[in-house]
Amino acid sequence: MNKMESLYEALANLDGFIYPNEIALNWDLLIVMYPYITGLVAGAFILASLNRVFDIKALKPTYDISLLTALAFMLVATMPLITHLGQPLRFYEMLITPHLTSAMAIFGFVYLWYLMVVLLLEIWFDYRYDMVIWSQQKKGFMKFFYKALTLWISDTSPESRKTDEKFGYFITVIGIPSAFLLHGYVGFIFGSIKANPWWSTVMMPVIFLFSAMVSGIALVMFIYMAINYLRKKKTDIFCLDTIAKYLFYILILDFTLESLDQIHRIYEADESFDILKILVRGKLFFTFFIMQIGIGTLIPITTLGFLQFRKPREKIRKILYLIISIFVLVGIFFMRWNVVIGGQLFSKSFYGFTSYKVNLIGGTDVSLSLLWFIVPFFILAFLIWLLPPWKKFVEKTN
Amino acid sequence: MVVKKGNFNRRDFIKHSGMLAGGVVLVSLLNPFKLVFATKKPEGNGKWYGIGIDIEKCIGCGSCARACKIENDVPNEPFFFRNWVEQYTIMNDGQIKVSSPNGGIDGFKQPVPDEAIYKTFFVPKMCNHCAKSPCTQVCPVGASFESPEGLALVDQSYCIGCGYCVQACPYGCRYIDPKKGVVDKCTLCYHRLEKGLNPACMMACPTGARIYGDLNDKESGLSIFIKENNCAVLKPQLNTGSKLFYNALSQEVH
Repeated sequence: MNKMESLYEALANLDGFIYPNEIALNWDLLIVMYPYITGLVAGAFILASLNRVFDIKALKPTYDISLLTALAFMLVATMPLITHLGQPLRFYEMLITPHLTSAMAIFGFVYLWYLMVVLLLEIWFDYRYDMVIWSQQKKGFMKFFYKALTLWISDTSPESRKTDEKFGYFITVIGIPSAFLLHGYVGFIFGSIKANPWWSTVMMPVIFLFSAMVSGIALVMFIYMAINYLRKKKTDIFCLDTIAKYLFYILILDFTLESLDQIHRIYEADESFDILKILVRGKLFFTFFIMQIGIGTLIPITTLGFLQFRKPREKIRKILYLIISIFVLVGIFFMRWNVVIGGQLFSKSFYGFTSYKVNLIGGTDVSLSLLWFIVPFFILAFLIWLLPPWKKFVEKTN
Repeated sequence: MVVKKGNFNRRDFIKHSGMLAGGVVLVSLLNPFKLVFATKKPEGNGKWYGIGIDIEKCIGCGSCARACKIENDVPNEPFFFRNWVEQYTIMNDGQIKVSSPNGGIDGFKQPVPDEAIYKTFFVPKMCNHCAKSPCTQVCPVGASFESPEGLALVDQSYCIGCGYCVQACPYGCRYIDPKKGVVDKCTLCYHRLEKGLNPACMMACPTGARIYGDLNDKESGLSIFIKENNCAVLKPQLNTGSKLFYNALSQEVH
């Protein structure tokens, strides 16, 4: 079904009145993927910094995996945005002629700062010593490649390692507010649109931030288990328990903040309340109550809460953690969906709704969204092959 | 680390980056960012356009919307309008019905029987050419801008088609042109104004319900229209500085 046909279908299924230009949803599934992927980056990084800055030793096995996951997803984070543009080849205008009053324009710089200054540098300092060693061990092209990655610095003295450690630590410390900035900013892009009452809340950056942490932590938890499964290694259950503990705390915070936002909205009941009430109870019922709150929040919170007090056998715990990480990832996806798609389903005239159907067959939005979600896993596989965390030489020097 | 380069040492590097950073700070101090709104009222005696619509005079013929589509090459499909007409019907039981089939281009039918109607009227809609326009504020590349005459315009050769402005407009006045992949909106027929001609919608209106003019000139038709009528703008609570003034605007209209 092409775009125009689906618009005619939406026109035939209008509820009430909507401004004629609003029948077409301008931001489709790709824009749902954009905050989703960015959130995964920020969340994975926060988990890494829990280990490094707050010195939570149990999380050590996931430190490098978190960083590489963050990088893999960061590299494609802007792709949903760019491929969604009406003129994708003009995207660079945003960087060379940014309009400084636009939240979206500044995002480009926040993104670059985070990618270049925080992620790449931190990973570089973290792996520099190992890359030097690997470049000495390998032959041919790989030798050259690792050398190039070290930027031809071959110092392996204890002093140089101390410097690596110092810089790495420093960058992680800068990285935490940067990760907050990155995803808080994505929230601001939506939260600052006063025309849209579903988006326009000062809580939006904070909610985005916490949901980002939740999703990133769940993703690393999932990837950590998947990697160990593929490598046929035993998963460190103590590490998983610790991740789960933090996931539990942050889920509670996230749920509290989102509830606060909704309770405030319901109690204030301003002019937009009637239409939003119909929206949430109607068009968003499945994605909001079932997927976001039920599957994505309440089930994980109760299960994780239970696991804080009772510890069943290791095998059962692992299965539960696996299910919960998937549930949380699905739930946060639908949280983004409810924000992005939900915010466009109702008319700014407050008199009606349009509809949005994902084009499962032949729609570019679905295929591209899937592509941008799958590509990071391939990048991650490549990164892990290139920089295997389990082949690092950390222990020897300690 | 033991990397040594011949003629460029660390001190030079720090010096250069320091100079660069200092330069950036200095330039930004000289030209401080206009943080809140993209544009301000022009200084001097330039024109400052606004629009007036007399709801009592509108008969819902849709000529304005039709003329606009033809003049400005707006796509024919019923999802793209620079200018459209809405029909409001408030029923005796308090129910409010709004409709705008094909933007009113093909005229209107009243499905509600006469005896059930409390009141009914037409509201022509178009860009409000806000003085503090949220749409130009959010454009990431500055392709949406306000002309010195106070008109919100789009440079389509520069627009990247992100659709952020479409989200930011509280009045639903923008759309993404499906063929061009860029945003499009009412320009108050800027190309005609430049030649001293009236906008197409104003020319087409058979009852003279639409008026535009210079708000700086207190003798202009628009200034007098605003003075003599009890005018209101749409969604004043959003502080967009709308310059589209409606006479006899009912509170039901959003």
